[in-house]
Amino acid sequence: MTDTSVLINDEDEAAPAGPGIEIKSLYKIFGPNPQKWIDCVKAGMSKEELNRKHGHVLGLTDISLEIPPGKISVIMGLSGSGKSTLIRHINGLIAPTVGEIVCDGADICQMSAKTLRQFRRSRTAMVFQKFALLPHRTVLENTCYGLDIQGVPRATSEPVARRWITRVGLKGFEESYPSQLSGGMQQRVGLARALATDADILLMDEAFSALDPLIRLDMQAVLLELQQELQKTIVFITHDLDEALRLGDRIAILRDGKLEQVGTGQQIVQHPANDYVSAFVREVNRGRVLQAATVAGPLPEGKLPAMTLPGKLVLEEAARRMLDAGVLRATVVSARNRPRGVLEMADLLSAMVQRTETSPQ
Amino acid sequence: MAASCWSLPDALCHFPALDSGTLRVMRKTVDGGFRNLVRTYSDAIDTATAPLQIALNALERAFTDTPWVIVLIVLLALVWGSSRNARIVTGAAFAMLLIGWMGLWDDTMVTLAMVSVCTLIAVAIGLPIGILAARSERMQRLVNPVLDVMQTLPSFVYLIPVVVIFGIGKVPGMIAVVIYAVPPMIRLTNLGIRMVDADVLEAAEAFGSSPRQKLWNVQLPLALPALMTGVNQTIMMSLSMVVVASMVGVGGLGKNVLQAINNQFFTMGFLNGFALVAIAIVFDRASQAFGHRLQKHREVHHD
Repeated sequence: MTDTSVLINDEDEAAPAGPGIEIKSLYKIFGPNPQKWIDCVKAGMSKEELNRKHGHVLGLTDISLEIPPGKISVIMGLSGSGKSTLIRHINGLIAPTVGEIVCDGADICQMSAKTLRQFRRSRTAMVFQKFALLPHRTVLENTCYGLDIQGVPRATSEPVARRWITRVGLKGFEESYPSQLSGGMQQRVGLARALATDADILLMDEAFSALDPLIRLDMQAVLLELQQELQKTIVFITHDLDEALRLGDRIAILRDGKLEQVGTGQQIVQHPANDYVSAFVREVNRGRVLQAATVAGPLPEGKLPAMTLPGKLVLEEAARRMLDAGVLRATVVSARNRPRGVLEMADLLSAMVQRTETSPQ
Repeated sequence: MAASCWSLPDALCHFPALDSGTLRVMRKTVDGGFRNLVRTYSDAIDTATAPLQIALNALERAFTDTPWVIVLIVLLALVWGSSRNARIVTGAAFAMLLIGWMGLWDDTMVTLAMVSVCTLIAVAIGLPIGILAARSERMQRLVNPVLDVMQTLPSFVYLIPVVVIFGIGKVPGMIAVVIYAVPPMIRLTNLGIRMVDADVLEAAEAFGSSPRQKLWNVQLPLALPALMTGVNQTIMMSLSMVVVASMVGVGGLGKNVLQAINNQFFTMGFLNGFALVAIAIVFDRASQAFGHRLQKHREVHHD
């Protein structure tokens, strides 16, 4: 494994703000008496057997996941994979059968109703697939909603809400009702509502899945731009690997309630853990996902190529620049302009057209 | 006789009912016990209902003693305030003037006083019960059969104990009307709250709403169309029940209808009946327009 993507980590990143979340061996069984079957499930009873013989549905199996602070963690999975169930555990909308979710030293699963309410008010905000705006409230009132719940007077919350409405690009629509807005605009309201509470954990449940492809790209750009500045701990759920790769600092792939692979987008595309993941990765446009630093070789002795490329540049763009400059080698540099490796055109091309390793073909 | 029994034994052919003697004793015991109970507490009941009686009388006088012009203006102002619709106001004015012209103004005022009190009480009782039923399965299981009984039991049947307990007059009439008018309010409140979009409710939960905040910020506003239908139905039921309530001494248009039935006064019956219909239409249109106005955010839809 010649994974050089470690090169660009740590040093280039700003110090993480806020707390991370640690999910420890989480199980969720749906049904009338989940505790009765938890030991069988831990001993390896399959989802099918549990459902067919005992009428319980296995939602999540042995999920252990660290969600780093200040980063976007994407949980990707197809429908029925348990991704929406998992995200609802983080703010206690669903309680696990067994397991812990630790944030700031406190186990969310053990919180009393009151503590949990306080946790939701001050620490987490959520954006929903179907927007879930209040239809009888204007954009401004919807954005104030989280602060209303906290008991913040409107005199204080309105300027905050107006600022966020402007920030998500909805200035001038403050007095509109959600039904007067398009889907993309409604989700901007959903985002403004979540940001207005200034919670450090942002949970996004398929937030962009209901939007048209172009609007979706738009919203992804909005989110990335906001995140650069806000550095929130974001958990983003999606069924779309392209979206996951575009947004995620880290990606966890979920299937049938089990984690298949956890890693950076680069790791997942370069080294899919199994056939299931590689089947997804096969459809990915590698030239637009893989980054120069991922493919670059180690620094050679002696003179470095004169042309420099930022490590986070995607291969397609790197190739274009190298072609324009008429060179076959370039130095890959970190964000602080330190040389990190050398990118050869041949490596670049082979990475772009390479079949994934565990691919059955 | 044996032939019609298809050669079955008698017990399977003729229903083995209690013999009439036992039934008579049973009836007498229950009736007598009930009557004694009421007699024992009649003073207490009278004292308890006296303020209600006085309030109802005062309200009725307020309606009948106020000059008709002023009542009409207030009424039209209310209709305008709730509907903001000139056509509904014109229709209401026309209906009220026609009623007055036919000499039914005073009776109509008596009926209006009764209906407005009964509607207010029915909503005040029905709304909280409906909310409780929506929030707890157990409460719903308890409330539903009671509502079924209230809605199917012929109103004359529950008039009997009401009259025995409270005698003849406005109070028993009001109780009968409220019993009849409250079920739709409870049912529609319950249904309206249960039909609230689960996604929006989850969002409220995710932002840390307390149950009370969920009720006021989400459930009641989103259930508003159902609640308004409930109020509307309560008004309609009250209006139709005041005719039956006239049998226990409630005055107004209902009493005229009852007289008309007893004496076969065809014209009188229809005039009073149509007066009731006219009031019903005015109330219905005004309350529905009010409901729509509260829902103005639903008007513009974007696809």
